[in-house]
Amino acid sequence: MTRDTGHDDGDERHGTNNTDESTEGSSHSDGVVRTDGGSDIESDDRTATDGGVESVTGGSDSTELDPDAYDPIDVFPEGELDLRDGADSCYKCTSCDTSCPVAEVDDEFPGPKFQGPEQWRLKRKEDADIDESITSCSNCMRCDDACPSSVPLSQMHNEARGQFVEEQMEKLSVEYVRNRILANYRTSARLASIVPRLSTYAMNFGPARWVMDKTLGIPKEREFPEFATTTFREWWRDRGGAQVSNPDKRVAYFHGCYSNYNTPEVGKAMVRVYEHFGYEVMVPPQKCSGTPMFANGMLKDARRHAVTNVENLIEAIGEGADVIASCTSCSMSLRQEYPELFDIHGIEDVSDHTFEALEYLRIHEDLTGALEEASPGDERSYAYHAPCHARNQGLSRQAVETFRDVDGVTMEDVGDSCSGISGTYGWKSEKYEKSMEIGEEMFHHMEDAEGEVGMTECPTCAMQMEHGTGYEIEHPLQLLEDTLVA
Amino acid sequence: MAIDSDVLVVGGGLAGITAAIAASREGADVRLVSHKASTLRQASGLIDGLGYVPATEPAKPLREGPPTAGRNLDPDEWPDPEGPLAEPYAGIDSLPEEHPYRLVGADALRDGLALFDDLVGDAYVGGHTDRNALVPTFGGGVKPTARYPESVAAGLASDDRPMLIVGFRSLTEYDARAFADRLEASGVPFDVAGVEVEFAEAFRADAKITRFAKALDRNEPVDGTPAREALAKAVAPHLHDVVDDDGNVDRVERVGFPAFLGDDEAAAVRADLADRLGADVFEIPMGPPSLPGLRLEDRLYDALDAEGVRFETGIPVVDYETDADGRIQHLLLNRKGSKIPYGADAVVLATGGLVGKGLDSDREGVREPVLDLHVPQPSDRYEWFVDDAFGEQPYARFGVRPDERLRALDENGAVAYGNVWVAGAVVGGADVAREKSASGVSLATGLVAGQEAAREVRQ
Repeated sequence: MTRDTGHDDGDERHGTNNTDESTEGSSHSDGVVRTDGGSDIESDDRTATDGGVESVTGGSDSTELDPDAYDPIDVFPEGELDLRDGADSCYKCTSCDTSCPVAEVDDEFPGPKFQGPEQWRLKRKEDADIDESITSCSNCMRCDDACPSSVPLSQMHNEARGQFVEEQMEKLSVEYVRNRILANYRTSARLASIVPRLSTYAMNFGPARWVMDKTLGIPKEREFPEFATTTFREWWRDRGGAQVSNPDKRVAYFHGCYSNYNTPEVGKAMVRVYEHFGYEVMVPPQKCSGTPMFANGMLKDARRHAVTNVENLIEAIGEGADVIASCTSCSMSLRQEYPELFDIHGIEDVSDHTFEALEYLRIHEDLTGALEEASPGDERSYAYHAPCHARNQGLSRQAVETFRDVDGVTMEDVGDSCSGISGTYGWKSEKYEKSMEIGEEMFHHMEDAEGEVGMTECPTCAMQMEHGTGYEIEHPLQLLEDTLVA
Repeated sequence: MAIDSDVLVVGGGLAGITAAIAASREGADVRLVSHKASTLRQASGLIDGLGYVPATEPAKPLREGPPTAGRNLDPDEWPDPEGPLAEPYAGIDSLPEEHPYRLVGADALRDGLALFDDLVGDAYVGGHTDRNALVPTFGGGVKPTARYPESVAAGLASDDRPMLIVGFRSLTEYDARAFADRLEASGVPFDVAGVEVEFAEAFRADAKITRFAKALDRNEPVDGTPAREALAKAVAPHLHDVVDDDGNVDRVERVGFPAFLGDDEAAAVRADLADRLGADVFEIPMGPPSLPGLRLEDRLYDALDAEGVRFETGIPVVDYETDADGRIQHLLLNRKGSKIPYGADAVVLATGGLVGKGLDSDREGVREPVLDLHVPQPSDRYEWFVDDAFGEQPYARFGVRPDERLRALDENGAVAYGNVWVAGAVVGGADVAREKSASGVSLATGLVAGQEAAREVRQ
């Protein structure tokens, strides 16, 4: 059931593309790292590893460097991801820990600093196992944004989690099976969408939910999202595809699983808004962005889907399109995690050409001008929550900024706390309580806000917002459609 | 098409926020961008103005000859710094000529502090007087500071009420007994004792300070007892621990805790504890990351929002484009791979100093990495520093040199680009760590740079 067919090329190598970049600036033929002696931080045993040179300055009375005094050393076995630069950049200021929503509520979780640079060093020193606590990281990636030293924390976490799941996790365990099912949401959603009404009913049928909680660890408190009776792709096919043809302004829409199977109204809004601005919209074949797979350490699954996505998106880019996502975790994945984790031909181009839907319009169109005279026609107040993954792309304020001055619209930012669901994290029985504790601050702020409709770009944040407050939740594209197109 | 603003502020710390609000109040359309989450969360939350005036010249000249490490003087051969100053404005005239305070004047500091008071409201104290307050910090030192959070108010060293300092074994960097001893040794006018209590032991050994704050905010049960009650119960047996010089036991009137007494609900947590203990409760500012810093960050970003300033974090400036006159036309920001042009008529650079990475250095030199502004420095690396780690380090004063309007200057002393202003630690001339002037320099220069940039744009 969780097995995806097609494009299973079984290639296990990933993450080697960063080796060149991280050794850039020093001589690096054959992946050999040459120490340049320029670092202020040198470990005591450094002299032993680089050939017994006692002083990098060649003696106390000389300030000249002697470049012949060092030998190149091969630090890492070929093909392994070299994250030493990142680990070395960490000066233990603990900003990452302070920004971690899980560490704030979970006594068992040692925090991102341990999961990232510290665990990485432990691994290098002796072949220690990855600590199981890595599975408690929700992959919100807030630590990336908090780190003043640009340590690639989420990349380290993704690597460690992938390794833990691959090498240490019992493949027949309930937890593994449950995580695999959650991570491969697209597969379940595709099957459920064949009989959408029945699926929505069956998935939320009380006794069935009790059984799922007990046997799979999927919390009975959560309500499964409704499946659309017509998926976005069916709608797209039925309307005959693009209504605007324009070789100069093309975008390829990465709708992701959720806009396709659950909220096609977001996808439709994207198409109508972009066509309103004269764009030719393309909808290339696509699979899951990989976000839920990264968060569950299912890197092989993620890679298989990435191969299909990159292949199809690169073709669209070749036809002059930029890639637009309406889910901020999808755009995050395509932009950051893809090139960090996988070495697939064209993956950097996909990263460079990917944008979030509202972001792209704000860059390429005079959105402020277009909205000056516009209004959705009635009074609307929204409680807006910025998803963590939007925050990391510099997009946490774009919805507030875009709509603040629109006639009839009140848009209030409910603060910078995490919603707590973090994709699949809040969908695990053992994490459910923590997830709601993290979300508590956001629920309070939403209730304090004037509006009684929530707004966010992230589908799972939307689930959590609805679950915690009972509010109806919209996507900024829907408001944009109502304001400009309708 | 670029994302346009009148004034584009680069940097999300105190200087950047001050510049953005000052420019906005001059009527400009302002946007603030910062590479990472604000550095305010690393700051103590204290707002200093000027606490000390360190000597910049040694008592006797350095010996002649090529600069080497051995040429540096013994720490004893430097005069002691002047201070702690009773009030910050008094020392400004004794600062070196190129100090930012000398450039913008004492009134800029006064106005910067007034703007700060306006932004934070009653969350901060100290605006009622020109005098510095003496606030104990977690090393056992006493810091002269112009403004301080309400949460530290009951802990001032000038107050003569007996004081109990509470510590926890698991917080290794914070030793309450050593702290109390050091305070006592520094001659404070009150009796003080430190005590270690059991509370934090209920949490994991390396629990984050945010975990304690959250538990107190939510009043979570700790081994079955609500957190605030559990903490008060742990402290209560020690309220008579303070013994005066004559051997008499005082009941303490104020109790100090490491600064983790709640985040969103900090005032309620403090009030609850004070009620239970029958004593005033205060926080002792700690090293980074700090709850008072995080609370200040929240408050100031709310203020930005209320002023209508637009802001984005998480995106670095990676390049720039100039127009035919050499003025900055666009800054290019990297959003996960794509370079997005941000247009502005004026740019305020408030990217921080050597610690904040607004200045970058290697063995070849010290650079300003965003706009490649000129940073004056001795060409010989051995003249950048002295041996005494706590001495008068020349590198501490490295930075961009501006004119009195805070426009950045190039190596010839001419205005660079024509539309670039600088504020905060990227400005050279101050040794903020020794002077205890970091916040004041940010407020004074942020205010002037923001106002000047906005006025230029409006013309």
